[in-house]
Amino acid sequence: MEQHIQHLYEMLSQVEGFIYPNELELQWGILIVIYPYITGLVAGAFILASLERVFNVKVLKPTYELALLTALAFLLVAALPLVSHLARPGRAFRIMITPNTHSAMAIFGFVYSWYLMAVLLLEIWFDYRKSFVVWSRERKGIMKWVYKILTLGVMDISPKAIEWDRKIGYFITVIGIPSAFLLHGYVGFIFGSIKANPWWSTVLMPIIFLFSAMVSGIALVLVIYMAVSYIRRQAIDMKALDAIARYLFFMLILDFTLESLDQIHRFYEAEESFEILSLLVSGRLYLTLIVFQVILGTLIPLVALGTLQLYKPREKIRKALYLSVSVLVLIGIFFMRWNVVIGGQLFSKSFRGFTSFKLGLVGSEGVLMGIVWIVLPFIILAFLLWFLPPWKKAEDDI
Amino acid sequence: MKIKIPPQINRLVLLFILVTGLFLIVRQFLIPDTFGDLGHYRAASLEDNSDIPLNFAGGAACFDCHEDIFDLKEQDLHSGLSCETCHGPGQAHVNSMEASDIFIPTGREYCGRCHDKNAARPTDYVMQVDVSTHNEGLDCNECHNAHQPWELLR
Amino acid sequence: MGTTKIKTNRREFLRSTATAAGGLFTFFWLQPTKAFILVSREEGVTEGPWYGIGIDIEKCIGCGKCAAACKDENDVPKDPFFFRNWVEQYTVKKDGSVVIESPNGGMDGFTQSVPDDQVFKSFFVPKMCNHCQTSPCVQVCPIGATYDSPEGVVLVDEESCMGCRYCVQACPYGCRYIHPKKNVVDKCTLCYHRIKKDLIPACFEVCPTGARIFGDLNDKNSELIRFLGEKNVQVLKAHLNTGSKLYYHSLSMEVL
Repeated sequence: MEQHIQHLYEMLSQVEGFIYPNELELQWGILIVIYPYITGLVAGAFILASLERVFNVKVLKPTYELALLTALAFLLVAALPLVSHLARPGRAFRIMITPNTHSAMAIFGFVYSWYLMAVLLLEIWFDYRKSFVVWSRERKGIMKWVYKILTLGVMDISPKAIEWDRKIGYFITVIGIPSAFLLHGYVGFIFGSIKANPWWSTVLMPIIFLFSAMVSGIALVLVIYMAVSYIRRQAIDMKALDAIARYLFFMLILDFTLESLDQIHRFYEAEESFEILSLLVSGRLYLTLIVFQVILGTLIPLVALGTLQLYKPREKIRKALYLSVSVLVLIGIFFMRWNVVIGGQLFSKSFRGFTSFKLGLVGSEGVLMGIVWIVLPFIILAFLLWFLPPWKKAEDDI
Repeated sequence: MKIKIPPQINRLVLLFILVTGLFLIVRQFLIPDTFGDLGHYRAASLEDNSDIPLNFAGGAACFDCHEDIFDLKEQDLHSGLSCETCHGPGQAHVNSMEASDIFIPTGREYCGRCHDKNAARPTDYVMQVDVSTHNEGLDCNECHNAHQPWELLR
Repeated sequence: MGTTKIKTNRREFLRSTATAAGGLFTFFWLQPTKAFILVSREEGVTEGPWYGIGIDIEKCIGCGKCAAACKDENDVPKDPFFFRNWVEQYTVKKDGSVVIESPNGGMDGFTQSVPDDQVFKSFFVPKMCNHCQTSPCVQVCPIGATYDSPEGVVLVDEESCMGCRYCVQACPYGCRYIHPKKNVVDKCTLCYHRIKKDLIPACFEVCPTGARIFGDLNDKNSELIRFLGEKNVQVLKAHLNTGSKLYYHSLSMEVL
């Protein structure tokens, strides 16, 4: 604790203007930037998968299971930064025991459980059930039993049973879409409903969060699809890739429009908080907002993707462009979360000054820990792709 | 017409009932005892918040032993002040009666806390002097009895 | 004959509808609007005290004893980062700019930093938890670890709080913080342990000028009710509708 206090004395010299005495240290750090980023990736990847299943976008078929498993890998990690950021992590279970129905945050436990169990796991189960049955017959040893348990004892793979699988799977995906919106939308509402903070308090916040989530999810699936195909030395289905990039482009337009609308509105009304927020954007948030989020993460991808809609160069160039654009978008959306979470805490609620955010390297709220949380889902995804390989599934009648 | 429920649904509904049932049972054991009695909180927390030892004794506590000083104070401009305003928390002294357990203020800076000239200080509620120049070198106590500040000693 | 009958019925219908509509309109128009300043207590709870706070800016001399006494009474770490209660000094300079200071939260008192010839207006503003009636911090706590006591005091359940800090974000007045040793949220408790013993909170105890008034909003004869009746009072960030029960007299527009 002494070291922590010492650190706080050092931060005093970084204060600009006047802040309330309790506002020196930011309450929510990098872990709270990572959590919405991860759930956003989950929601976005899932929506992309649903496009194939519910809206019959056949061209996306090669990426369907990949998107689902990506969503699962990230969802499994999602709760971890959240619990580890608590001052008393051991009490996290209380959110399931005595949730306050007036609090948006209380939804977390239930929406997370619902989405994990009733949507994602179920949808994967219905999609893979036939494969589970077949694999449990083909494999030997422990894997045989693992797959057998996963069938939950339902061994019927007659055409009628498969038809049921398809129907129920469809139904679950349909329910899954609003569930995914709720899973990530409530995070936007958590910020948007705080009237004390003018940077957060806007009706558009849940919508902006959702659209940027979809952008990041689509970009993630694109990157993973290209990476997995490369690793497996499989040819990429360019039709699928072009389609994904097209969805990315349109979603990015919508996202950019909404965020611009929010800022234009703020600029035009120029109410009480306007002065301090302008100073925020032009000062401490300039690099992460204007440079990383807007220019690198939105404008450059928009121009690149827009050009690619009109003029289609060779496959190799397209792939390189899609990959770089997606990486830029992923970075841009990360900084969008950063700018909301960190940006909202940098200025004082007295509207008269700023504090600073020091990101350490080590410790539970450090850069290294952040990298762990972001890398971990990829490791889990690799395991899932080995455990539930989409390309080795028992033949489906299409 | 009998509708045949597919085995998948059967199995899943069973699983769902099992998991939900287990959760509800475990939840009942984990809800704290007094939760919900008065509102969405643990009512016993009210007692936790009242069960804290005092450090300030409150103005009336000094009166029993120090009535003479009280009377002195009532006659002059410091009459509205609580003893602990200058003497600090007094409950330890009330408990032990040791003179060492109460703070006796000394030094010009201490009185300056209230009486130093400051543009923000309303002049009709506190007498102000420039502490750096007002009778330099002397301690405030040499001219002023804090309990009877206008009865100058010098 | 048939037509006349229908006409009469229609007229009757229109008349009765108009009367009903007019009556409803008048009824709602004449409903007394809830007193915007004096928040009303929750329906059904009528027994016992309901505490509020009055602060008279005209009387505050910025001695900072309230901020210091609070830390002494409630064992709050003395470092200048954790305050249940603090004092701010506002100096409006002749060029129109505003300088706001709160050195160590005002714990050690204040010294004048702007020379006299540049001062247009200057005053002290003590701050503390407003014990809001419809507190945003209570609203957002996901597990019910912070609550409104029956006496109108907003308290924290230290056994339950998991330190998610949502309430710290939600408080518009900056009153809450994470206690460095206890690792839960901490805030002004209105010295609940003192008021339950019929004493007054420490900060009110030590105020030398009577700038701070503690009282029962349900007691028509209390000093606080007299204060509210006689003075022009205001709450901080009234537009946020927090139901703040901390009423300031003589709060100048520079205070946000």
